[in-house]
Amino acid sequence: MSSVRIPPVLRDAVGGSRSVAASGATVAEVLRDLFQQFPALRERVTEDGELSRFVNVYVNDRDVRYREGLETPVAEADTIILLPAMAGGSS
Amino acid sequence: MASAPQLRGGSAARAAPAAELTASIGSTPMVELRHVVPDPAIRLFAKLEWANPTGSVKDRVAQAMIADALASGTLRPGQTILEPSSGNTGISLAFIGARLGHPVRIVMPDNTTPERTQLLRALGAEIVYSPGAEGSNGAISLAQELASENPELFMPFQYGNEANPRVHEEATGPEILAQVPDLDVFVAGLGTGGTLTGVGRCLKRERSGVRVVAAEPLPGELVSGLRSLDEGFVPPVLDASVLDDRYLVSNRDALVGVRRLMREEGLFAGLSSGAVLSVALRVAAEMERGTIAMLLADGGWKYLSTDLWTRDLDELSDELEGSVLW
Repeated sequence: MSSVRIPPVLRDAVGGSRSVAASGATVAEVLRDLFQQFPALRERVTEDGELSRFVNVYVNDRDVRYREGLETPVAEADTIILLPAMAGGSS
Repeated sequence: MASAPQLRGGSAARAAPAAELTASIGSTPMVELRHVVPDPAIRLFAKLEWANPTGSVKDRVAQAMIADALASGTLRPGQTILEPSSGNTGISLAFIGARLGHPVRIVMPDNTTPERTQLLRALGAEIVYSPGAEGSNGAISLAQELASENPELFMPFQYGNEANPRVHEEATGPEILAQVPDLDVFVAGLGTGGTLTGVGRCLKRERSGVRVVAAEPLPGELVSGLRSLDEGFVPPVLDASVLDDRYLVSNRDALVGVRRLMREEGLFAGLSSGAVLSVALRVAAEMERGTIAMLLADGGWKYLSTDLWTRDLDELSDELEGSVLW
């Protein structure tokens, strides 16, 4: 099982947890498992079956959009982070 | 072989003739880091943006946005400038506003470092605080509200102003290529996306194969920001197509980076520079050989009150959870 960190804005969809466990060999498989466990989460982070552009997914701190997207491989010990798109930085 | 100048003392023969103050923006030094990367096949360079007049890369952006607005007539003489900023852009705008006679009002989260408030006040700017827990998003939405209520205010809006990436494409990017001609990877922090977009466009055009990598802050638990995902914000100036990789960096890793810059390289940098170093080292670990250039956005001065360099790391990491520092 991989660990998936849930941002505060989505925690009500997973019963308040900061982090939940989900299994899968790719990001898509992990998300599928996660949505099965927490159906409310699917509505919050997808639009027409695609991940919302306001959600970023990171495997071991690396944005999957610049790797293999939802097909990015996930290992047991990996940490996945879901984050809403936010303005940040020294601006 | 790259031939970036090392830090060295000034010489009267090399000093530029007197000019308008804004001419001192840009043309910042590039230095090689010799200790943080142990592998001699990898060269790591840092562009020191704290050499700008108010100590950050944002002098370039503020100068470009104001010059553009004056040229197009969207900013009238004496008109008040309003801008959301977690610090650096506000300070740069206050400096340029003071120089050109524009009152400046900055919307800033209420949990940044006190140095930013002190500097803004010293430069004569008015500060409107936004709730710190809403992060930069909160400052942006409050500034947009204030601007829509009062048409007398001029908002450059760095997140959506094309002059922001353009100045990096036309000035910062060419400077980097001139200083590190054999560049393979460029790493910078992601805030408005202006630096990465502008420098990235220049590098991609001039050197095929150069990789552009973003270091992005992992928001602290207390800066959760949004009430719903619909409040999410992707800066309009960010052209994600020029990015080749994007890493999240925790406050703790940024702190470790900022200390290594100081202790191993003698570079007194701000927190985002520590995050950029942390990403550059991850990139370096996956390379066999090559040359990396980082852009260090600001110096350490505005962070002294937080004792970034001396306090217990765990204690400080916890405390930073509730702040907007970069």
